[in-house]
Amino acid sequence: MASSSMFGHGNTTPFWTGGPAPGQFYSFPGSQQAAAQTPAQRTLYPVVTGSSVLGIQFEGGVVIAADMLGSYGSLARFRDCPRLFKVNDTTVVGAAGDYADFQYLTNVIEQQVIDEECLNDGFGYTPKSLHCWLTRVLYNRRSKFNPLWNTYIVAGIEDQKPFLGYVDKIGMAYEATSLACGFGAYIALYQVAVITKDGVDIKGPIKSETNWEVAHMIKGYE
Amino acid sequence: MSSIGTGYDLSASQFSPDGRVFQVEYALKAVENSGTAVGIRGKDGVVFGVEKLITSKLYESGDNKRILNVDKHVGAAFAGLNADARHLVERARDEASSYRHSYGDPIPLRHLTERVSGYVHAHTLYSSVRPFGVSIILGSMEQDGPQMYLIDPSGVSWGYHGCAVGKAKQNAKTEIEKLKMKDMTVRELVKEVAKIIYIVHDEVKDKSFDLELSWVGEITGGKHELVPPEVFVEAEKYAKEALEESDDSDEEDL
Repeated sequence: MASSSMFGHGNTTPFWTGGPAPGQFYSFPGSQQAAAQTPAQRTLYPVVTGSSVLGIQFEGGVVIAADMLGSYGSLARFRDCPRLFKVNDTTVVGAAGDYADFQYLTNVIEQQVIDEECLNDGFGYTPKSLHCWLTRVLYNRRSKFNPLWNTYIVAGIEDQKPFLGYVDKIGMAYEATSLACGFGAYIALYQVAVITKDGVDIKGPIKSETNWEVAHMIKGYE
Repeated sequence: MSSIGTGYDLSASQFSPDGRVFQVEYALKAVENSGTAVGIRGKDGVVFGVEKLITSKLYESGDNKRILNVDKHVGAAFAGLNADARHLVERARDEASSYRHSYGDPIPLRHLTERVSGYVHAHTLYSSVRPFGVSIILGSMEQDGPQMYLIDPSGVSWGYHGCAVGKAKQNAKTEIEKLKMKDMTVRELVKEVAKIIYIVHDEVKDKSFDLELSWVGEITGGKHELVPPEVFVEAEKYAKEALEESDDSDEEDL
């Protein structure tokens, strides 16, 4: 504390930068010593985030839902952030996680769809192919230690059958008849696996019974 | 042929003494050898029609389209050398994509035309390149209505309500001038475009042709696409019937 304000000037430049100093090796001018000492840092946390996306298959279709809140940490900062993106007439993508990353990938997909349409060959993205492509992109980015900080849920219809797929920021992916991510994953549904000597019995998906009776008493979080 | 050019036509970068650039004029000739392409801008959109000449029965049908998509909202119809046109359309796609990337909005056709025509024009300035043997019509649907521009091999561009390029452009223009396109919808225009292509087709010199029809406008939700089969069939039927009627009346005159 005392050193910088010793002479009454907070920001005096050192008399001899980079020169020999007691107890140190001589540092040559122009050497990037400071930079070399700090490791390169990539995205370490998401900034503006979305949370829950829910998807459920039913006979002849899929429902996908997301709220429109863009949180800034624990602050409910933006209230009009659409998190479902219509890719084409058969495919919708929903995303949780970093909103800017979602917007970036949305733009990429939009241009890809245009390029695809320009070919005019009757082919386009299907839910399956888009889900697979997302898997590759997200896994590739995490392999570069620079992930897109999102969880994606792809919903759509392919070959008259409903499709629902999940991909997260490390490229982990699966398909399921019902999916949830973000905060919604904790309350929307869950499974219980009971393992006994008789084998494995997986129950569910089970819906949580929630009770909001006390909600009106909670103040100060609005 | 011997007197043409007289030595001033070897490069696109040289004027002739009377102020002409022969390489560009030859490129225009390449366009005039091609089947006709027509574009009409109505009150709610743009319609393209192309007379695609079939030079051999052995070709598979439906290939080598002469109406292409550039962006969601932009279509292109062309006359001239196929390969040149495809390169130019690829360029247009890149420009449209780059605009979308930078500004997050579809490119206004005025800007796209400026960029593409600049590229075409650059190919009339250097001895190391040849001009494009292509005239390209660009059409789009925008917030303030439909737009249509024509770019020719010299790199000049104009906005149009109706235009035609290729073999029978003069006849086609005469036909277009008969229409009150400013009050017409694309639904009406698509039939007229089909009719014009059928009228201007020269049955004697060019035997068979494929009709290509596309549109962009309110009816397609602002997307450029080839017209759906039922509309195509209806338009083609209307064109053929109109042609037969005029043939009948011709016979009466005789």
